[in-house]
Amino acid sequence: MTRYLAARAVQTAITLALMSLIVFVLIGLMPGDPIDMMISGDPQMTSEDAARLRALYGLDKPLLERYLAWATQAAQGNFGYSRSFAQPVLTVLWPRLLNTLQLAGIAFILATAVALPLGIWAAAHPRSRADYLINLLCFAGLSAPPFWLALLFISLFSVSLGWLPAGGMAEPRPGASWTSSVGQQFRHLALPVLTLTLVQLGAYTRFMRGAMIEVLRQDYVRTARAKGASERRVMWGHAFANALAPVLTILALSFGGLVSGAVITETMFAWPGMGKAIYQAILDNDYNLALVGLLVATFATILGNLLADLAYVWVDPRVSLGNDAP
Amino acid sequence: MIRRLFTLLLALCAFSAPARAKDDLVLAMTQMPGTWNPLISSMLAKSLIANMTARPMTAWNADWKLVCLVCTELPTLQNGKARVIDLPDGKKGMEIDVEMREMRWGDGVPVSVTDVAFTLEVGRHPLSGVASSEAYKRIIKFDARDDRRFTMTIDRVTFDYNSLGLNLLPAHIEKPIFDANPAEYRNRTAYDTDSTNPGLAFGPYRIVEVVPGSRIALERNPTWTGEKPYFRRIVVRIIESTAALEANLLSGNVDYVLGELGLSLDQAIAFEKRHKDRYEVVYKPALIYEHIDVNLDNKLLADRRVRQAMLLAIDRQAISEKLFDGKQPVAHGGISVLDPMYSPAARQYGYDPTAARALLDHAGFAALKNGVRQNAAGERLSVELGTTAGNRVRELVAQVIQSQLRQVGIEVRIKAEPPRIFFEAMGRRTFGGLGMYAWVQQPGAVPRSSLHSSEIPSAANGWSGQNYTGYANPEMDKALDTAERELDLDRRRALFAEIQRLAADDLPALPLFFRVDPFVIPKALKGVVPTGTLNSSTLWIEQWRWQQ
Repeated sequence: MTRYLAARAVQTAITLALMSLIVFVLIGLMPGDPIDMMISGDPQMTSEDAARLRALYGLDKPLLERYLAWATQAAQGNFGYSRSFAQPVLTVLWPRLLNTLQLAGIAFILATAVALPLGIWAAAHPRSRADYLINLLCFAGLSAPPFWLALLFISLFSVSLGWLPAGGMAEPRPGASWTSSVGQQFRHLALPVLTLTLVQLGAYTRFMRGAMIEVLRQDYVRTARAKGASERRVMWGHAFANALAPVLTILALSFGGLVSGAVITETMFAWPGMGKAIYQAILDNDYNLALVGLLVATFATILGNLLADLAYVWVDPRVSLGNDAP
Repeated sequence: MIRRLFTLLLALCAFSAPARAKDDLVLAMTQMPGTWNPLISSMLAKSLIANMTARPMTAWNADWKLVCLVCTELPTLQNGKARVIDLPDGKKGMEIDVEMREMRWGDGVPVSVTDVAFTLEVGRHPLSGVASSEAYKRIIKFDARDDRRFTMTIDRVTFDYNSLGLNLLPAHIEKPIFDANPAEYRNRTAYDTDSTNPGLAFGPYRIVEVVPGSRIALERNPTWTGEKPYFRRIVVRIIESTAALEANLLSGNVDYVLGELGLSLDQAIAFEKRHKDRYEVVYKPALIYEHIDVNLDNKLLADRRVRQAMLLAIDRQAISEKLFDGKQPVAHGGISVLDPMYSPAARQYGYDPTAARALLDHAGFAALKNGVRQNAAGERLSVELGTTAGNRVRELVAQVIQSQLRQVGIEVRIKAEPPRIFFEAMGRRTFGGLGMYAWVQQPGAVPRSSLHSSEIPSAANGWSGQNYTGYANPEMDKALDTAERELDLDRRRALFAEIQRLAADDLPALPLFFRVDPFVIPKALKGVVPTGTLNSSTLWIEQWRWQQ
């Protein structure tokens, strides 16, 4: 196990280094640089100002030279400054990462906790009314745009009923008890979590249902039933573990998306998270912030895949972490 | 499961929202400021907050009059506080006397000429990271007469000598940081490393909390010497989606959305129809000039008759009425009707498709093939109209213009791009033919950057300058140069009339509208006075209050 993890760590480091080069070059090749944007917003800027600022920010150097300078600093733990926030990149990203993990993590857990039993139940009762209803709801969840769902919930729960805040994060109140503070935080989380959960729910349920139906057709399930095993034992003891492997892949792949993919939900609910930060950094030509943000998202995806690989071993004893590891 | 979800939601609702004190105010805007340092980069979001914590030396008020905020009296030639002098190099310059009000930074240190001198030093330093150093470099001599009075000498004679939009830095906090390493100052300024330091504010409020991307909280500054502000605490929330902004306003999570950076015009018009019993909607004409730049290197557009025909064929009044409920005034040129330098004598173009067709015929585009005009060489009058993607109203206007120009035989291909790509093409002058966007101006400002031939971006000048059209006219250059130096108001007005006449005849840019800033103000909130200039309404925040 240790050897396997060490090998994966090396692979991860190489992947991140390559990704940093690719992302740096791609961002560098995009039209315009930060100084162009400053010029378009400030008619007082002169050619001397533009040249001075390009030299100051190192933008007058070739792209690869800039990358090497950045990579050398990054290897020493200095990821540079965010131009738009005038803060070290990690200072900008760290709280946003925590916010995103809070929002997307809860939504992911909720969506998984609801989708897996729903998918199994639908697979166990194919073509029943309940199955049709679940499918209908899944497709509704899949096809409803997140911004529309968000607006719908804000209109219902915040504007019409006035039950929940329409967005933002809870503000600390002097003298408030910790239960009250936690309660306020959950009030602010309720609607974005609900939106994100519903968006993910449909896909996860459909995957689980499909995987279960496939497994339930297998001979060993028929054999288990012929041997008189209870339906509960057949579903959970025989079918579920085998159906879980492909679903784990989907869940693992969406793990990376958790870190950077909630842009719309974060924007609609004014939740300062990673997705919004990366998106804005790319638009604002904030190289360092966009680069490190994307690397964090890449790392999350790799980590998700590693967890999926480890989970395969757990759910399927035929898989090992030796040479034939998946 | 769905029942459980709703039970959870109801349980969360049981935590009631904390009651808001009546002297608390919750504002919202769509953008988070970047650096808080007032010298490094200019940004509307930053100035909306910074105007609550500090004040520029002078500002344009709601009547578009220049007023003193930190100085005691506006220096003018008439009151003798500004003088034209001979400089040692034989040129003419100006000497300006300024006296500052008695003010204190939030930590009790007096605001003094030391702060002014330090601010100028940072502004001029090549490594400080200040975006535009021109305004600082033109001050060639600075004499402190005492703690609150100074005289400065500028290297030229200019009409805007007393427009001192100088934002002061606290020397007692910032100077040690700057002196330690000027090249790292932009990263180490206390404005960003210690944003809640009371010593950074001398305005009615000081920042007490910054949650990047989420909110900024301000409380009364005890050292403020002006009118006591009504609100004890102000929270500014950042909500980037304007739809969510509106929902927050209606749900009561937000008291007021800052008009300068809030709801769009179409949203405000719809909002007013539904909620005019609770909100007053003020449509403040702003100096934001929506126009179409014409790339004069495009040979189809080089003939000014073609440009004139295009403007005659666009029914701007109808666009304003249909899309903006008539709230957005049609622009006849780059100078607003409300600007003291506006000249009604310059040519104005109404909607006249017949005249447009005649002009196109004379310009050689007489033949019509498949509804598109052609010249004798068989070149189709087909041009690209670029604009910024994501600006729904602008995209809509582009479609209407496309349809109207088609009616006179001009084919328009719309190209909406993300702002950074669009402005890259404009700045490098690689845009196809037409580019639609807006300029933000100050009252009475000489439009040098967009009309002077020396401001045409090129590799030689590092692609600076904003004359994206490539317009070069010696008469215009002369008028612009002279207008900048002319101190007599009537003579300057005559020069502005000449500038407007030339721009209206040559049409390097097709004027469309002057934008209005919609301010959706709760009826109980008094004292909010929209300005329509870059000096935002928050400069007078101490006058804001709830109606008793």
